[in-house]
Amino acid sequence: MRVTITVNGQQQTADDVWEGESLLYVLRERLGLPGSKNACEQGECGSCTVRLDGVPVCACLVAAGQAEGREVVTVEGLAQGERLSPVQQAFVDAGAVQCGFCTPGLVVAADELLERTPSPSDGDIREALSGNLCRCTGYEKIMDAVRLAAARRQEAV
Amino acid sequence: MEFLRPATWQEALAAKAAHPAALPIAGGTDVMVEINFDHRRPEHLLDLTRIGELYEWEAAGDTIALGASVPYARIMTELRDDLPGLALAAHTVASPQIRNRGGVGGNLGTASPAGDAHPALLAAGAEVEAESVRGSRRIPIDEFFTGVKRNALADDELIRAVHIRRAAGPQQFSKVGTRNAMVIAVCAFGLALHPDTRTVRTGIGSAAPTPVRAMAAEGFLNAALADGGFWDDPRTLTPSVAREFAELCAGACNPIDDVRGSADYRRHAVGVMARRTLGWAWESYRGTGRTERGAA
Repeated sequence: MRVTITVNGQQQTADDVWEGESLLYVLRERLGLPGSKNACEQGECGSCTVRLDGVPVCACLVAAGQAEGREVVTVEGLAQGERLSPVQQAFVDAGAVQCGFCTPGLVVAADELLERTPSPSDGDIREALSGNLCRCTGYEKIMDAVRLAAARRQEAV
Repeated sequence: MEFLRPATWQEALAAKAAHPAALPIAGGTDVMVEINFDHRRPEHLLDLTRIGELYEWEAAGDTIALGASVPYARIMTELRDDLPGLALAAHTVASPQIRNRGGVGGNLGTASPAGDAHPALLAAGAEVEAESVRGSRRIPIDEFFTGVKRNALADDELIRAVHIRRAAGPQQFSKVGTRNAMVIAVCAFGLALHPDTRTVRTGIGSAAPTPVRAMAAEGFLNAALADGGFWDDPRTLTPSVAREFAELCAGACNPIDDVRGSADYRRHAVGVMARRTLGWAWESYRGTGRTERGAA
C-alpha cells in the first residue's frame, strides 16, 4: 500500500509498504531516516521514539497505515541546519553520549519534556525518560544534560 | 494482509462483521509486538485510530463512559478524581510512550492475566460495552475474562467503551515488579471501598489464569465491617481483620511459577498488597490518610 506522512515538515510518500509494517521501518528503510533506532521492536527500549502529531510514541509500535496523513517529527527534525537543538547540544556538552544508540530516542523524549515542562524536577526528568533504556547506563550524565538544556532554555527566554 | 481503515464506528462494525477474524488495532502496543515478532499474521488489520468517539470519555450520572481508546496518559490526568483506582493503575503501565498510545479497550481485547487495568476495573465494578452490527450489549467485568488471553467478545464484536461507576470512596492499586517503569506485573492488586453500598471490592492481577476477584475475602471483610459498625464509626481496623482479609486474598490466587516469579511468591505478595491497600484506603476513608497513594 501507499503511505503518505508529513515527516519533519515535509510530505513524504512511500510505496509498496507491507500492511503489517511499522512506522519505524518506513522511516528507516523507505524514507532514508535512520536516526530513529531499531532495537527491541516491542516498546521496551524507547530507541525509536518519535513525535506523532506532537506526542512521543514508539515508532516500532505504530502501524505504518496508522501514520497516514499524520505529522511525524524524528530526531533528524530537531537541529536547524548545522545548529544543534538545545537538548542535542547539552547532550554533547554534558558527555551524555557513550555508544550513542539510545541517544536519538532520549533526545526526542527530553525535547518534548522541556517543551511541556520548562523547569522539570529530577522526578519529572526520570519519569519522562523512564521509557528510554541506556545500556551503557550513562543515566547520570543524561540527567545532567537535561538539567543543562533546561537551564539554558530558561536563560534564553 | 489487508489494512482496513474505517472512518466511522458504523464502518468499523461493518468491517468486523465482514471479516470476523480481523484483528483490531488502536494503540498498537500489544498488536504490533505480535506482528513484529511474527507471532501473528492476521489477514486483516482493523485500524480504529480514525474513530474519534473512541478517544472521548463522558460523565453520565454516577458513571463514566470511557472510550475504548482513551490513552492511559489521559486517564492518569483527567480521571484521577472520578476513577482513582484506574488512574493509579494507568500510571504503572509501561512508559510515557506506551501510555500515550495504549488504552483500556486494548487491555481488555488482549485480556492478559497481567493487564494493569483489570484489577482496577474488577474492584470498581465496570461494564464493557461491546457492539456489533447485531446490536450493543454490556458485559459485566466479572464475566468478561474467560481464560488466559480470552474474553467474552463474539467474533463480530468490538469494544466501544467501558462504563465505570465514579468512585464513592477511596480506591487503591498496587503492583509488584522489579522496577517502577517498563514492567509486566509479577502480580497486582486493586481495592475499592464503596461506602454507598457498604461493600469492598477487589481485583487480583497476574496470579491466576484470568484476573479475578477475591470473593471470599470480600465476603469476610464486608461482614466484619458491618458487624463491627465500622462504616458508621470508622475506627482503626482491627489487625486480625486485616490479616484474615489478606490471607483470604492470597487464597484466591491460582498462580503459576514462571520467569517473573514463583507461585508461592505471588500468593505471598498478593496477601501483602491486600493488607497494605486496605490499610491505605481505610485510613483515607477515616480521613486521616492521604487520599491518593498506590505503589509499584
